[in-house]
Amino acid sequence: MAATTEHLRHEAESPAERLRTNRLGLWLFIASESFLFAALISARYYLLGTERSEHLNQPLGFLISLVLLTSSLFAYRAETAARFGDQRGFRRATATTIALGLLFMVGVVLEWREGLAFFPPSTLYGSAFFTLVGFHAFHVFTGIVALALLLWAGRDGRFGPENHWPVEGVIKYWHFVDVAWVFIFPTLYLVK
Amino acid sequence: MAILKGVLGAAVGYALGFALVAAVQLAMGNPVGGAAPVVIGSVLATAGWLLGVGLWRAWAREWFGLEPDRETPTGPGRYFRFTTDHKVIGIQYLVTFVIVFGLAGLLAMVVRWELLTPAADLGGDAYNQVMSLHGILMVAVAVAAVLGGLGNYCVPLMIGARDMAFPRLNALSYWLVPPVAALLLTAPFVGGWDSGWTAYPPLSVVNGGGQVLFVVAIVIFGLSSILGGLNAIATILRMRAPGMTLMRMPIFVWSVLAASIISLLFTQFFAASLILVLLDRVAGTTFFEAAGGGSPLLYQHLFWFYSHPAVYVMILPGFGITLEVLAHFSRKPLFAYKGAVAGFLGIVGLSGIVWAHHMFTSGMAHFMNIPFMALTELISIPTGLVFLSALGTIWRGRLWLRTPMLFALAVLFNFAIGGVTGIYLADVATDLHLQDTYFVVAHFHYTIVGGEIFALMAGIYYWYPKITGRMYREGLGRLHAVWMFLAFQLVFLPLFVAGIHGMNRRINEYVEPLQGYNTFSSVAAFALGAVFLVALGNLAWSWARGPVAEANPWRASTLEWTTSSPPPLHNFERTPEVVGDPYPYGEPGAAHVRPVVVPTIAGGSE
Repeated sequence: MAATTEHLRHEAESPAERLRTNRLGLWLFIASESFLFAALISARYYLLGTERSEHLNQPLGFLISLVLLTSSLFAYRAETAARFGDQRGFRRATATTIALGLLFMVGVVLEWREGLAFFPPSTLYGSAFFTLVGFHAFHVFTGIVALALLLWAGRDGRFGPENHWPVEGVIKYWHFVDVAWVFIFPTLYLVK
Repeated sequence: MAILKGVLGAAVGYALGFALVAAVQLAMGNPVGGAAPVVIGSVLATAGWLLGVGLWRAWAREWFGLEPDRETPTGPGRYFRFTTDHKVIGIQYLVTFVIVFGLAGLLAMVVRWELLTPAADLGGDAYNQVMSLHGILMVAVAVAAVLGGLGNYCVPLMIGARDMAFPRLNALSYWLVPPVAALLLTAPFVGGWDSGWTAYPPLSVVNGGGQVLFVVAIVIFGLSSILGGLNAIATILRMRAPGMTLMRMPIFVWSVLAASIISLLFTQFFAASLILVLLDRVAGTTFFEAAGGGSPLLYQHLFWFYSHPAVYVMILPGFGITLEVLAHFSRKPLFAYKGAVAGFLGIVGLSGIVWAHHMFTSGMAHFMNIPFMALTELISIPTGLVFLSALGTIWRGRLWLRTPMLFALAVLFNFAIGGVTGIYLADVATDLHLQDTYFVVAHFHYTIVGGEIFALMAGIYYWYPKITGRMYREGLGRLHAVWMFLAFQLVFLPLFVAGIHGMNRRINEYVEPLQGYNTFSSVAAFALGAVFLVALGNLAWSWARGPVAEANPWRASTLEWTTSSPPPLHNFERTPEVVGDPYPYGEPGAAHVRPVVVPTIAGGSE
């Protein structure tokens, strides 16, 4: 015996209502995740105040920030294209976003290689630096995986005006990860 | 079947994670082993468990563009599967946490047995592990039994919804719990951990290997708690029936909303603090090690920033059940409904700015003592509003002293003692003397056991006919209430005095003059433990053989009583329409819901 609940659940809820519920859920998730980054950022200030390492590669830090912020522009284009049913535009913009995300990750690897030499995790600044960047990079990584899944699932052109929530959700998450970096970058590189 | 697949998935996940880390260790020329492969193995095992148990079938297929299985299983097998029906998930939570409660209760018996005499019977290490496991299991029960169990089951029914806002996320939240239990119960076999449920460094950075499993388990439990909170908030804000304005919601729904806000946001700090412990152990960071410039106090700040609000995650839904039961069984509208709501939200607002009252003796800067004392004592104002609402409700009511009502009245008595003794701990001068004594233990148990667990019992008996479709034995229920109430006082009242006389907590030996209090408390504790056998017998037997319950045995006014017991899969035959306040007792012409045909026979679930 089996019955389906799907029709029952949606009986009282139009697609537009469901979209609003999904959006609320995502914003709640983002609020929760902000607390995670707040905890890690406050740990950095608690332990070190505004003290920072003298051996940071400032140009590299600036460059990867630029790459990540630019990726949000393409993410936005991907979302808009999906909403208007422009499949080609959606695929191209999503692929570009993924590429920029990967470029950011490469930058993080270079940054870590330099950092390990000057401030290993066994130092106080190293603890804060590798933990914060690591947590953030893990979020970027999950974002890249989600974008790749979108590209894969959407290869049959399923995302369009009627069905753009998965795209919208992932892209909003991507923007959030970007905004988190906007707080982490000055916390690690700029304050003094 | 689903569970077998889950176990298989967990085994594959663990092997994969372990091999992955071992390969990296080999490639880097490091010795294979240590905690890192276990951590990654456990995380991937949890993922494998979820995918096997039903996440893949019902949800994850969709992420790859495949068609997910939208069937909802029926029959008894559905309780062992990844099922989206909030009523099934509520029962899964309740039964799971009743089992955990039993285990943790047995550990409490071991603790009291050790403290029966001043001498050490058990050995310090073993005692510390028993005490730690008792602590964390009971904290898990307190966080999840009411919210995950009764909250899941009742909230959609009480607001006239067909299910939660995100049914699959709901199932995910529940199925994250078994790995937590497995990890915590494995820990004693790999060295255990002895740092209590609080896991303070520096001890938690250097102690046995069980600490690593503890950290992974609690981070997973935190995820479950966050997702559950998210789902409850979205459900309450978005899924209410027509006419169910926020100010017409039953008070229990408000309390779940308030508690969910805390678990959604603050749990991240507990996860973060434990992950930093893990990094100190595994990745060689130095957050908490003073030798490397770190600070153990940082952990206490991060930890209590969640763990103080966490006591409101526990007690707020307890208050909600208490007020709910008091209104129905006094046959009066809830007194000062808006005041109670303001009280709940006030507690949420203050909960995040009082944490350092746990740290008056920890060595933090002294200038922080007075502000945190003042802020903490401010909490008596919103709590007082909730109390006034309760007292005003029973004032001149026609009290119907059935089992749920006895428990609800007990909550008022117990929490009054728990609340008043809290003032001595919030006050810096008295806290310097009382910190880390049994006064704290007694205070905490008076608030959480005396408050929340008594309320959980009230809720279980109150909604028992709705959930099971059967009626428990009233005589045994009342016996449970009276016996538990008396035994509880006898266990914990002497411990206040022992604490004032300097009885330290977390020790297995103590000085001779304190024996009187301890022996008394231990004997009473065994009596308190025994009452749960009566309760379990009554509830289990009645579920199978009890008389069939009516749809509305309490003649209560709220929505969950307008549908059959147990409710059908889709909860309501027709979407209910709410027309007034939730407790319209004694108000001529007033009604909560537009009159609907009330089915009187049970068994609408299939």
